[in-house]
Amino acid sequence: MREQIRRVLSEHARLPVDVATLGDDDDLFRAGMTSHASVNVMLALEDTFDIEFPEAKLRKATFESVSAIEAALIELRSVSA
Amino acid sequence: MTSQDLSVGVDLVDIAEVARSVKHFGDRYLRRIFTEHEISCCQGPPDVAAGSLAARFAAKEATLKVLRPDGARPDWRTIEVVRLPSGACKLRLRGSAARLAVERGLGPFALSMTHEAGLAAAVVVSGSASGYGGQPTMERREP
Repeated sequence: MREQIRRVLSEHARLPVDVATLGDDDDLFRAGMTSHASVNVMLALEDTFDIEFPEAKLRKATFESVSAIEAALIELRSVSA
Repeated sequence: MTSQDLSVGVDLVDIAEVARSVKHFGDRYLRRIFTEHEISCCQGPPDVAAGSLAARFAAKEATLKVLRPDGARPDWRTIEVVRLPSGACKLRLRGSAARLAVERGLGPFALSMTHEAGLAAAVVVSGSASGYGGQPTMERREP
């Protein structure tokens, strides 16, 4: 799952650094991801994992790191399962 | 009113990024972020539409900076840029954004948007609802 998340980030987060250089817990916003780019990341994650982020998940913390995204996806999948 | 009664939010958006999102995600992007009214106000050639959409996205983010949600942020569509027949634009909050504004005692909201040289920007200023009667006011012409 983390590799898929990293692929999405590589294509849509528009980070000024290579995603591969970031750790799973590194803050993506501090690394340069804008709020608008996080929208693209959200939509791409929805496409990739066939889920939809509800309003309750629309918080900066959801998208702030690879680990945080993974945790949110696992939770959303368990809810929809 | 004193300066302590004011809250200010500002945001800057790359117009090319918005154009790219529209091209890549199409309707899904538009309908996830913008209301029907906003989409109808942003028709035209792709580069022109992207500028107007980017200004509206900046307005939503600037408003969020004023609202300062502790937890979940309001859905972008609960913060709407309404274009009046005069061409002026104002903010309209609904749902969770409106509730948050009430909880924080914010309002009315004043908005200014602009776009140039590939960037769109918006500034939102809010006063204390108790000092204004709580009704949104507005500003400035459509960029």
